Amino acid sequence: MVHWKTIKQEANDVANGTTSALANVNKSLKLIQDNEEFGAIISVIKDRSIERAKFIDAQIAKGQKVGRLAGVPFIAKDNFLTFGSETTAASNMLKGFNAPYQSTAIEKLEAEGAICVAKANLDAFAHGGSTENSDFFVTKNPHDKTRVAGGSSGGSAAAVTLGLAPFALGSDTGGSIREPASFCGVVGLKPTYGLVSRSGVVAMASSTDVIGPITTNVADAALVLDIMSGKDLLDSTTIDNDPKGYELNGAKSNISGMRIGVIKEYMDDGLDPEVKKVITESIEIFKKAGAVIVDVSLPSLPTALAVYYIVVPAEVSSNLSRYDGQRFGHNDINAKTLEESYVNSRSQGFGSEAKRRIMIGTHVLSSGYYDAYYKKAQTVRTKLINEFNNSFKSVDALIGPVTPEVAFKIGANSDDPLKMYLIDIMTVAANLVGVPAISIPAGLAGDMPVGLQIMAPQQKDRDLLILASEFEGLIK
Amino acid sequence: MVDDKYLVDGYYPTIGIECHVQLKTKTKLFAGIDNDARAADPNTLISHICLGLPGALPVLNEKAVDLASRAAFALGTSPQTFSKFDRKHYFYPDLPMGYQITQFDQPIIIGGQVNAAVEGVQMVFDVTRAHLESDAGKSTHPAGKDYSLVDLNRAGTPLLEIVSEPCMHNSAEAKAYAHELHLLMKYADVSDVNLFFGNMRFDVNVSVSKDPKVMGTRTETKNLNSFRSVNDAVNYEIKRQIEVLESGEKIIQETRGWLDDSGKTFSQRSKEDSHDYRYFPDPDIPPIVLTSDYIKNIENSMPILPTQIRNNFKSIGLEFSQIETILDEPAIANLLMYIQDAHGDSTAKTVANWLSGPVQKMVSDEKVNWLQVAESAPHLSTLASMLSENKLSSTAAKEVLLDVIIHNSDPLKIAESKNLLQVSDSGELEKIVSEVLASNQKASQDVANGEMKAIGFLVGQVMKSSGGKANPGIVMEIIKKQLGA
Repeated sequence: MVHWKTIKQEANDVANGTTSALANVNKSLKLIQDNEEFGAIISVIKDRSIERAKFIDAQIAKGQKVGRLAGVPFIAKDNFLTFGSETTAASNMLKGFNAPYQSTAIEKLEAEGAICVAKANLDAFAHGGSTENSDFFVTKNPHDKTRVAGGSSGGSAAAVTLGLAPFALGSDTGGSIREPASFCGVVGLKPTYGLVSRSGVVAMASSTDVIGPITTNVADAALVLDIMSGKDLLDSTTIDNDPKGYELNGAKSNISGMRIGVIKEYMDDGLDPEVKKVITESIEIFKKAGAVIVDVSLPSLPTALAVYYIVVPAEVSSNLSRYDGQRFGHNDINAKTLEESYVNSRSQGFGSEAKRRIMIGTHVLSSGYYDAYYKKAQTVRTKLINEFNNSFKSVDALIGPVTPEVAFKIGANSDDPLKMYLIDIMTVAANLVGVPAISIPAGLAGDMPVGLQIMAPQQKDRDLLILASEFEGLIK
Repeated sequence: MVDDKYLVDGYYPTIGIECHVQLKTKTKLFAGIDNDARAADPNTLISHICLGLPGALPVLNEKAVDLASRAAFALGTSPQTFSKFDRKHYFYPDLPMGYQITQFDQPIIIGGQVNAAVEGVQMVFDVTRAHLESDAGKSTHPAGKDYSLVDLNRAGTPLLEIVSEPCMHNSAEAKAYAHELHLLMKYADVSDVNLFFGNMRFDVNVSVSKDPKVMGTRTETKNLNSFRSVNDAVNYEIKRQIEVLESGEKIIQETRGWLDDSGKTFSQRSKEDSHDYRYFPDPDIPPIVLTSDYIKNIENSMPILPTQIRNNFKSIGLEFSQIETILDEPAIANLLMYIQDAHGDSTAKTVANWLSGPVQKMVSDEKVNWLQVAESAPHLSTLASMLSENKLSSTAAKEVLLDVIIHNSDPLKIAESKNLLQVSDSGELEKIVSEVLASNQKASQDVANGEMKAIGFLVGQVMKSSGGKANPGIVMEIIKKQLGA
C-alpha cells in the first residue's frame, strides 16, 4: 500500500520536475476510485484540485518559487470547511452544505501548495470511535475489512493507510486522531491544545478539539504541523509556535538518560494481553536505548473518562445549537410553525449519537444539575491537569497504549454506547489536560496494528516529535 | 427599609433598572464587521461569525473592553481585573448560534454608583453590576403574513448591561437615574447614547409591598427608550399593581411590554415560560484579564465627570437648571470650564448665562444646534475674553454672540463691523470727559460737591458723545478723577 515517498520528497519531485502536481492529483484521484470499497472517502474535490495542480505546474514551468508542499495531495476529514465540495461532517444535518469559507488549517496548507483532493469519512459530527456513526457509511479497516478503522477520523486514517494521499487531516477531541491511527497502523498526532487553529472546523467540544495530521511517518507529521500551527486571528484560543519550528531535519534527542514514565493505570487490568505485550516490548526498546523507565501513577486518571463524558457532551449540546434549520443545514420544509421547524429539522438532521450527547449535555448543564455534574467535572479536570504537571516534573515523557485492544469487528459495540465510550479510556486524558500526544505504530497483535502512545508536556510538541521519530527508527 | 415618604395608597414601591448600553465600537463584539447598521440594508453587515456558520469562532473586540472599562470609571468604580464570557442558551431565529455570549457570574463591572439629582436634590443610587454581551438580530413579523423576517445586521453588536440595585422608590427617582446614566455614558464617551436608535434601552423592575422591609413580587417592563416612558411605565405599574392587590389578586412575576401611545404596560410572558439558559463558560473565548497598567491608563484618559462639573458650576453661583442644561452637552460644559479657567469665574458666569439663556433659546428654536455652538468654542472664548477685558459691554457681547455662533466667525470682526467696540483708551476718553464736563457745569459741580447721583447723568452724556463705545466703568473713574470726587 506504499504509493508515496515522504512528503518532502514528493514536494521536491514536483518542484524539480520529476513528476507534476497534476500527475500527483490524478494518481490520488485514481487510487481513491480504486479503493471505494473501504468507505474512507465521502466526496472528491476533482475540479478544484486539478485546477490548482495545473496552476502550480504552470508556476514551476515559469520558474516561480513554489511552497513547501507544492503539488502534494492530501485528504481532509469532512468536518474541515473546504471549497470545491460539500462539508457534511458525515451528517444528514449538513448534507449539501457548501462552505463559503475555508478552515485556517486548509488555507495554510494551500498557501504552501498542498492540494486537498478529497474529504474523509468520520462519525457524524466526530461523535464516536469507529466511524460507524457516520450517517452515510462505515469505513472499513484496510488491514481487515470486517473490522472498524477507528474513529472519529477513521476515513482519514484508512485513507493514509491505503495510500490514497501522502497525508490526511483529522480532529481529536478525545482520541479521534490517535485511536484510528493506532487501529490502522499509521502515525497520528494530537498537538498541544491551541497550537492549530480550530477556525473553520465543525466544532465538537471547543475546550478539547485539536487539529492534527495523520501520516505514514513522524517526519511527515512534523512537517505538516510546522505549516498548520501558530496563532490565528480567527481563533482566540490559539498559541504561538515553538520558535524552533516542528520540522525534524534529522534532529535527535538523547534517549540515553531520558526519563520516561509508564502510566501505571493504563497497564492494569482491562488491557488486552497481546496489546500489552507490544507495549512492553516498546518499553524495552526505550530501556535498551538507555532511557530510565519509571512507573508513574496518575490517581485521577480512572475518572478521566467520566469527566470527559460530562464536559464534552455539555459543549457538544451547546455547539450543536446552531443547527436549527433556519440559515443552513437540514430544514424540514413541511413544518407549519417555528417550533415544528426546530423540532423536525433537528430530529431529522441529527443521528442517535448526536441526540444522545445533546441530551446528556443539556442535562449536565441544566439548573439544579450544573454543580453536581459540570462544575464537579471541571474541578476533577483541574486536578488531572495538576497531576500531569507534577508527573512531568520528574519525567520527560509518558508512554502507554492508545487503546485497550485492537480494532474491533464492525457492529461489535453498536448496541452498547457505554462499551463504545470505553474505547476512549486511554486517550481522553491528553485532551482534558491539553498536552500533545502521538500514536505511533509499535507492532502487531495477531494481524492487527497496535499503536504506542507518547505524551509530552504542553507546548513540548517538538520534543515529542523528536522522541517519536527516534522510536520509529529503533523499531524498524 | 423603605421610607414612609414613598407610600402610595398604603404601599411601598421599589424599582430597579437594567439598562442596555450599545457601545460605540467600530466593529461588532466578536466579529470584524461594521457595527453601525443604521443606514444598511438588511443582512449586509454579516460574516460567518454573525451567521453562526459551522466552524466560526468569536474573537473579542478589545475596543469593547476599553469602553466597558471607561464605563466602570463613569460609574465610580474600576473594571474587574478578571472577568469571563458565558453562553446563555435559547432558540430563536434572530439568535444564530442558539446561545447569546454574555457574562454570567464574573462580569467586567461589579458595584458602582450613580449620583443623580431628583427634583434638585442629589441622591446616590447603587449599581449592582454591568456586563458585556452581544446583541441578537432583529425579527420583524409583517402583519397578515405567514412568515417573519430576520435581519442579522445587529447580531453581535456590543452591549453593556448595567444593573441597578432595587434602590429607587418612585418614578422621579427612576427617571433621574435613567437620565444620569445617560449623561454618564455620554461623558465617558462609550456610546452614541441616541435613544431614538435604541443606543440605550431601559428595563424597569417594579414591585409594591405593604411591608417596608419586604419587597413584593416584581414585574419587568422591557425596552423603554425615553426618560418619559421610564417615568410613565413606573407610575403605571405602581398603580396597576396596587389595583391588582387591592382587588384581592396576586402579582404574577412576568415580563411586560410598554405601549407608548396608550401609556400602558401589557403582559408578554410569565416566569413559568422562562427558559433554563444553561449558562456555562464559553470555551472559545479566553477570560478578560486586565493589568493594573491598563486600568491606570484608562483611568488617566477619563474626562471630568458630571458630578465634579456640577460642584464646580455650583461654586460659581450657577442655578441648578442652568447647570443641567449646560451639562447635557459635554462639549458645552467643557467649553465653560475652559472659559472659567482662562478668564475667571465672573466671565464664566456671564457665558453660562448666554448658554442657558439666548443660546439655549436659539437651539430650541432650531436656529443652531449644540454642535455648532461647540464648534464656535474658540470664538466664544475670544468673546468672553473681550468681555473680561472690557472691550465690549455685556449688552454688545450678547448682540455679537448670536452672529458668532451662526457664522462661526471672529467676534472682534463682528464687533468692529457693528461698531460695538468699547473705547477704553483713557487718552481719548479723558478728552471726551473734559468736553462733557465743560458743557454740563451744573451736574459737574454737584458731583464735585459729593452729590454722586448726578454722576450717572454725566456717564450717560459721555457714552452718548462716544457713540456708545466708551467703557462706562472707565468713564466713571475718569469723571471722578477730573472732578476730584
